[in-house]
Amino acid sequence: MTPQITAFCHIKKNQVFLNGKSIFSAGSEVDMREFVKAAFRNTGTKYTKFFKMDDYSKLGFLAAEVLMKAVDVSTIEAKSTGIVLSNNHSTHTTDQLFQDSIQSDEAFFPSPSVFVYTLPNIMAGEIAIRYHFTGENAFFVSSAFDPDWHTFYINQLFESKKISACLSGWVEMDDQHLEAFVYYVEKRNDQQNELMQHTVEELNNLYKINDK
Amino acid sequence: MEALIEKLKEQIIKQLNLEDITPADINEEDSLFGEGLGLDSIDALELIVLLEKEYGIRIENPKDGQKIFFSIKTMAEFIQEHQKK
Amino acid sequence: MAVRFVSSNIISSLGFSNEENFQNLLHAKVGIQTIDDPLLYPAPFLAACINPSGLDERWKDTNQKKVATTRLEKLLILSITEALSKTKINISSSRTAILLSTTKGNIDLLNTIESIDPERLLLWKLGEFIGHYFVNPNPVRVVTNACISGVLAINTAAMMLKGKRFDHIIVVGGDLVTRFVVSGFMSFLSLSETPCKPFDRDRDGLSLGEAAGTLILEKTSFPEKGDILFAGGATANDANHISGPSRTAEGSVIAIQNAMSEAGFAAKEIDHINAHGTATRYNDDMESIAIQRLGLSESPVNSYKGSWGHTLGAAGIIETATLIESMKTDTILPTAGFHTPGTTEKLIVTKEPLSKPLNTCLKLASGFGGCNAALVLNKK
Repeated sequence: MTPQITAFCHIKKNQVFLNGKSIFSAGSEVDMREFVKAAFRNTGTKYTKFFKMDDYSKLGFLAAEVLMKAVDVSTIEAKSTGIVLSNNHSTHTTDQLFQDSIQSDEAFFPSPSVFVYTLPNIMAGEIAIRYHFTGENAFFVSSAFDPDWHTFYINQLFESKKISACLSGWVEMDDQHLEAFVYYVEKRNDQQNELMQHTVEELNNLYKINDK
Repeated sequence: MEALIEKLKEQIIKQLNLEDITPADINEEDSLFGEGLGLDSIDALELIVLLEKEYGIRIENPKDGQKIFFSIKTMAEFIQEHQKK
Repeated sequence: MAVRFVSSNIISSLGFSNEENFQNLLHAKVGIQTIDDPLLYPAPFLAACINPSGLDERWKDTNQKKVATTRLEKLLILSITEALSKTKINISSSRTAILLSTTKGNIDLLNTIESIDPERLLLWKLGEFIGHYFVNPNPVRVVTNACISGVLAINTAAMMLKGKRFDHIIVVGGDLVTRFVVSGFMSFLSLSETPCKPFDRDRDGLSLGEAAGTLILEKTSFPEKGDILFAGGATANDANHISGPSRTAEGSVIAIQNAMSEAGFAAKEIDHINAHGTATRYNDDMESIAIQRLGLSESPVNSYKGSWGHTLGAAGIIETATLIESMKTDTILPTAGFHTPGTTEKLIVTKEPLSKPLNTCLKLASGFGGCNAALVLNKK
């Protein structure tokens, strides 16, 4: 049976969409980083660690937080839930921030809290801590979100029984833009929603559903 | 000492990204780690950087960190003893 | 249908070929040395770096295309070229794919002025460049998952071969010793002031290293006697802390269990474990706990990091390649830097080369972000 996508969240252009519906937005003049913080406060979740994260982890964590509110907690098997994410820039803007702290010999103050976030899989680590997801982890880098690769990789993990569910998607940022598209996919005995099967076509459709 | 303590509170809030915390929320005698502010091991490393960057003090033995960083007060006392700039 | 390893290459501080590296590791040679280069770090530090003139010589011989390349790209290309030369595989075939494992790629481009497109800072661009160099028509998949990248890349390659699209996957990995990485690890106070001592009672931190490595995996319906096969692999997260491992080794235990379960082997059948063994107090204790919890304590353990240092994105690849060589020669290599046991749980750590039939072995890795990986190799 094809795994099913239970919920999906898309964040772009200062808007947060859950299952295709806009649930939070800010004006286009609002700085994208301020938007992410405001969107997180809007979730109502108290998590002081959030504000210590770098921009990539904040974005991924926010997307996961919004997403998981639409997942029935009683169905979660945290031990075998994986996290498979990808993006284009890895942690490029955070890399530049760390580089700034070591650029000159005179003002040489490498920051450990910035350095630790110069690995994109850290956002998966933060999500794992939050939800106790101890399943399979993988982070890939590609020029664009690749539904072909995500469906192949994750469906194989299901096939080999290494996961019972997976939080997956694209969490991307460069100097000007940010975008997150994350979804929760699981093996269910009841094929409830034919339109949300974890196939290339369906994943593509969901990814584009809020395109304007 | 008071001025140093206030300045330290602001610097720590900034350096450790404690966004929802104000200087008024931090009691100078409260433990910074564990129960108090709940800082963790990475924060401890950042405090070492803060001491060097803002006060020119290098901690030779990181194991001294536990004593020095116990509270804002112990940090301020340490700085007053060792400050070079 | 089986997945076997058909060729490999290692370029490191201890040589430019597998043979050279293996011989050096056999004699517990240490490639970790004092580096005094203010461009890399304001004070002298220890690292295992690749011989620059050795690299230049070999690159002159290899670079027929005369393209401008970064240091990392030279290493990756040289490594793939050497591994390929031992096979008849056509790297330009649509049934061959390349998979790249790296943590920071061309990060040195952030502070050097080179006539290289700065876009090659992007890891997928780096992958694409390598793919184009070899005229391979498939997208180069890029795995970047901290220090488990190499093992994860091998697991991913095996997965790709289980489908119908590919016959060969060339897994290449590499990372450099750079100002960026040295400064970062220094800020974590995690670098030892002497060459690192994996599993040793007096260990006090890791040593960095740089390397490039290639492993070529092939799908086959008829594995031959003596072939080293990929039997199973898995990853798991501690869900505990982003920079320190779980004190109870949760993620490592799950990854090892799942890898062994996929491979179909029980603890008593594991002949030898090549651990992550970075020589930090926490990592080595954690691995000893995972090994003990799973009833693997009787399997001799080693780490190659006392010789090569921690080579980040290359580690999983060069270490697995060496484990394969170990299995082919039934020789467990010594752990350079190890003298006195000193982990939370007791381990049998090799100090000398040990001859033993090696039919089934385990490779472990762990990394920042709480990630853990394991893979099982089996000799046909």
